[in-house]
Amino acid sequence: MGYGYPGYAGRGLRLVWIYPDLLSTYGDRGNLLVLERRARLRGIPVDVTLVNSDQRVPPDGDIYLMGGGEDLPQILATRRLRADGGLGAAVHRGAVLFAVCAGYQMIGREFGGAEGQPMEGLGLLDIRSGRGERRGVGEVVADVDPALNVPRLTGFENHQGVTSLGPGAKPLARVLTGVGNGDGTEGAYAGRVLGTYLHGPALVRNPGLADLLLTWAAGPLQPLVPAAEELALRLRGERLAAVGS
Amino acid sequence: MDQTTDMARRSRLPIRARLATTVGGAAATVSRLAGRGDGSVIGGVIGLRLEPGLLSLLAQGRQVVLVTGTNGKTTTTRLITAALGALGQEIASNAFGANMEAGLTSALSRAPDATLAVLEVDEKYIPAMLEATAARVVVLLNLSRDQMDRAAEIWMLARRWRAALAAAPGCRVVANADDPLVAWAAGEARQVTWVGAGQRWRDDSWCCPHCGSHLLRDGDDWRCGECSNRRPPVSWVLTGDQVIDPMGRARRLDLALPGRANRANAVVALAVADAFGVSTAQALRELRNVTSVAGRYTQVSRRGCEIRLLLAKNPAGWLEALDVLAPPPVPVLLSVNAQGPDGRDTSWLWDVDYRRLRERPVFVDGERKMDLAVRLEADEVPFQLVSGIDEAVGLARAPHLEVLANYTAFQQYRAVLGRAV
Ligand SMILES: [Zn+2]
Repeated sequence: MGYGYPGYAGRGLRLVWIYPDLLSTYGDRGNLLVLERRARLRGIPVDVTLVNSDQRVPPDGDIYLMGGGEDLPQILATRRLRADGGLGAAVHRGAVLFAVCAGYQMIGREFGGAEGQPMEGLGLLDIRSGRGERRGVGEVVADVDPALNVPRLTGFENHQGVTSLGPGAKPLARVLTGVGNGDGTEGAYAGRVLGTYLHGPALVRNPGLADLLLTWAAGPLQPLVPAAEELALRLRGERLAAVGS
Repeated sequence: MDQTTDMARRSRLPIRARLATTVGGAAATVSRLAGRGDGSVIGGVIGLRLEPGLLSLLAQGRQVVLVTGTNGKTTTTRLITAALGALGQEIASNAFGANMEAGLTSALSRAPDATLAVLEVDEKYIPAMLEATAARVVVLLNLSRDQMDRAAEIWMLARRWRAALAAAPGCRVVANADDPLVAWAAGEARQVTWVGAGQRWRDDSWCCPHCGSHLLRDGDDWRCGECSNRRPPVSWVLTGDQVIDPMGRARRLDLALPGRANRANAVVALAVADAFGVSTAQALRELRNVTSVAGRYTQVSRRGCEIRLLLAKNPAGWLEALDVLAPPPVPVLLSVNAQGPDGRDTSWLWDVDYRRLRERPVFVDGERKMDLAVRLEADEVPFQLVSGIDEAVGLARAPHLEVLANYTAFQQYRAVLGRAV
């Protein structure tokens, strides 16, 4: 890959980025960097592993990240992940999985292939996705399920998928602006598996969501000193104001 | 423009096309006088409304070169135009980057007598423009992620290029063999001149576009681990500051334009010039005279500070541009917008590695400065937020300032600097 931060030693919180070679369409590295930064600011040591699609997925990660991808890479990545089995084993063991955009569709039971035909997903979340009539492109604002105690989501979506949730998954949020799943909800979660159509660096503008994932993996977190997240909160406020929510 | 020859050429066009170019030309003049840009699109828009086939009518009887790719289109178009200048003929060109159908139409209608045309084309429009202009040469520079909110996805684009080029047997393709997506897109074309122009950005070509398996790389060489797809043998090569021509002769480029990406663009221009019978020595002389392209790379003095403007629009462009920066401690001003032409999504900032900016003063500006601020914070790059180029000049208190901006941010600085650039 382009670059990785070297020099982590010993056992820290294990962040595993799945297939940056196939699933990293646009700024997906941001999620890794935000999780890493917010963990380290709290004194939690972090190990980062980038797993390319010709490598085995380590089954002992704490948080797995999956990004966006075009149709063909999405299909290839799904095939390889299913054959590998490491991600499924980790999720069944209780690891955290955060997937955006194409990754979100892939972790479901089914998604739409290059010609819209149904493709079998990884079955890690009870959702089914297909192709919508039009592309959802633009800013998204959505109110998160109160049970998760995460502030309002702000992000950018760029997808043509529609996703319906089965009884085993809950909507992550209710859409105020944008398309999301296509039925007024956005994203989905169950246990420690969470997916969203907010593409690319979704955690950058949503530090509360980043902290939710860290809490799932590492337990209760210390609050950050205000200066450490001043810029992120300014960006977040600016984007929410720009959409008029 | 010579009115009589202009009339002569128009008189060969069908009546509706003649009317369309006249009305379109008048609209362009009005647009220029009204201060709404350089009129390079409006004329074409109106002309095409009157005669939808205007572009192919205007292209008839001309030798057309189309230039496309994610990065370097405008510069390469300029370099090819300069190199073909050695032929001493008038050349039509959309030199200011109006690169969709209307922009091409305007460029041709403004130069009715030019028998040569060098036209920059938006990546998405290559199939349609190839058909409309019956191009003699198509140049494919590179393909990487760019403005995903409006562009098609790049594997999809490569598939469309491949089909369009396979269906145009009379067209010569000049293509960068070092970019696997480009090489695959040109792979079914009948006549290809392969150029080893290098590929700095590789994060969009880890996998074989043909079968999806991993590409194996060794320097610039690449091949698929599973299928027979591999880097084609090249006839023109960039190595360091030298070009090696198909006869194996090496020459120094010695361009005025900075950076590896521009040396690569120049080698492509030499290959195109060669296809038109211009010798490499002749073409090189012309290329060395190009010092700036639509404001890019121009130096301008502001309050005792020498400012150099660099434009970069996407991760691959920023990677190349960061290589061009004068070494630390020369300060740098970064500016990012997210208007329509920039792409409204700033996610791409996270694909750029900014860590090498740690050793110098960094100023951050633009309508999306907060996005960039959070990005730099993650890379532990110290910076100061500013509002406008003058504040950066004032704070920098340095004899030089490097400015790197994306598209509309760059245009805003040009406007502030009085179009001297
Ligand atoms: Zn292959």
